[in-house]
Amino acid sequence: MAVQVLTNQEVAAPEARESVLRNLAHAVARNRKALAGIALLTFFVLVAILAPLISPYDPNKLAFQQMLQPSPQHLLGTTGAGQDIFSQLIWSTRETLVLAIVAGVMATVISVIVGVTAAYLGGAWDHALNLFTDVFLVIPTLPLMIVISAYAQNHGLGVLIGVIVVTGWSYGARQLRSQALALRNREFLEAARVRGERPSYIIVFEVLPNMTSLIVAIFLGAALYSVLAAAVLQYIGLGDSSDLSWGNMLYWAQHNGALLAGSPWWVLAPGLCIAALGGAFALVNYAFDEIGNPALRPVKRS
Amino acid sequence: MRYALRRLEFFAVTLWAALTLNFILPRLMPGNPAEAMLVRFRGRVSLQAVEQMEAAFGLHPHTSIFQQYFEYLSNTAHGDLGTSLSFFPTPVGKVIMLALPWTVGLVGTATVIAFLLGTLIGMLAAWRRGGIFDALLPPTFIVVSAIPYFWIGLLLLLVFSFVLQWFPLGFGYDLTDQINLSWSFVGEVFAHGFLPALTIVVTSIGGWILTMRNTMITTLAEDYVKMARAKGLSPVRIMLNYAGRNAILPNLTGFAMSLGFVISGAIAVEIVFNYPGLGFMLLTAVNNEDFALMQGLFLLITVAVLVAILVADVVTAVLDPRTRESS
Repeated sequence: MAVQVLTNQEVAAPEARESVLRNLAHAVARNRKALAGIALLTFFVLVAILAPLISPYDPNKLAFQQMLQPSPQHLLGTTGAGQDIFSQLIWSTRETLVLAIVAGVMATVISVIVGVTAAYLGGAWDHALNLFTDVFLVIPTLPLMIVISAYAQNHGLGVLIGVIVVTGWSYGARQLRSQALALRNREFLEAARVRGERPSYIIVFEVLPNMTSLIVAIFLGAALYSVLAAAVLQYIGLGDSSDLSWGNMLYWAQHNGALLAGSPWWVLAPGLCIAALGGAFALVNYAFDEIGNPALRPVKRS
Repeated sequence: MRYALRRLEFFAVTLWAALTLNFILPRLMPGNPAEAMLVRFRGRVSLQAVEQMEAAFGLHPHTSIFQQYFEYLSNTAHGDLGTSLSFFPTPVGKVIMLALPWTVGLVGTATVIAFLLGTLIGMLAAWRRGGIFDALLPPTFIVVSAIPYFWIGLLLLLVFSFVLQWFPLGFGYDLTDQINLSWSFVGEVFAHGFLPALTIVVTSIGGWILTMRNTMITTLAEDYVKMARAKGLSPVRIMLNYAGRNAILPNLTGFAMSLGFVISGAIAVEIVFNYPGLGFMLLTAVNNEDFALMQGLFLLITVAVLVAILVADVVTAVLDPRTRESS
């Protein structure tokens, strides 16, 4: 997750915003990475919505023989408790996707508040908020997440999301701060200040709209982080193990010694899904960066 | 000087934040699990031991929260992190020291390899824009960076330990053996550490490659690189001494800042491989509700990351004349 990106997007004046959006749509349509990522995301959203229709069995039904090998009846075999793994995989899409989006949005909102406020207010505020961001950036996230969830005792979805948001906002805040700093002295902001607008108005209506593409990129990064963080926490047993999610499937597979017992699919399938969903977020994110920063686009050799 | 002071402030605040988080967390949670655990423990060990643990947690009920806070800080400053429940009655500090060398060895080696290799590949990818490296590697590693560390570990375990049986199934050495200093034991440690190290390298290298490639692209457009080309210097020299040396600096800073991520990933990898380091011990602590050990580990891991950042700072200062001049 140490992917650092160059973010020197050209910042457009407000009146040019509409054409920027149109250009962005064109650029996305021409970028193969963006298209692949968006296709994957759409696929998972569809699976999550249509889960009751496409899932062959009730994912919690303990009606089958335990540890069955893959067969036409059970495409991925059955679990140690006799549930159909393929049905579990389909239903699990829902929790993972909701978690990625909710935690991603919440972390992004905190990044925006902290990062943009720091840059805009400047001085001692900037110093303090920046220090605060750096501290959270450096404190190792997984141990902190583990300690918080262990103390919380309650391993519900709310705690999981809370832990991920607390540990996941700092990276975005840092990037937003540097872009907001670059914007600070632009003429249109100067004009707003001369007009006598309040700082809150300037931040919300003048600064933020000009940072849309970076905010989207930060959301995508935060969503990817949420998917991975939730998977780790659930895998080591700090989620609600009765929920259906890919991380919990891995927890139960590990708990039942799936690899030793010769059921590799129980481990492989949820991991592949996590990787595909995470990969979708990462692809769109990288594509956004390429679109924003032409220097990074692939070069065609003649 | 100003820069050094700012860094000093940053280190002090981070350390203080980690200490305070450790203090506040048990008190924020409903019902105070640490207290509940001590109550449960009361019948089983001597009253003296319980009192000792209460002191270590700063949990004396009759004192104010500030007194508790300072008591806790002074205990920690004296290296008294309390007594571990899962390894009772060993003090937490001693338990951690048993696990520390394993993690430092594994994560240290793997991270240095990943950083050097990643930086080199990133440099080559940027140097030969549109070449094989440039076309294949970044997209590959974007996808790899989206895969959970621990799952790659499970995958390698499945392929190399179960199917091919090239490597042992986990842990730091053969369980039938004692820790000793013979060559055969060193071989054992290497065989057990290979897959966990490979997992960390595979999952963390992508970040270095991408950052290095992206900074290198910017550096290659600089005038001094054009000048070097115009002078007819050898391409290797331009790549390494002109563009590479300057591009590596932001990468090094990024390296330091992302160590927390690397450590987090390494912890998950240790858990997969039952590797007897800090991460595996953290899981043991969680499963046994051993809060003293958990807090001690969290503190130590944070301090370790800070020390690593300090090292990276010093290296940057040595490599970059600008930071030296300004001080």
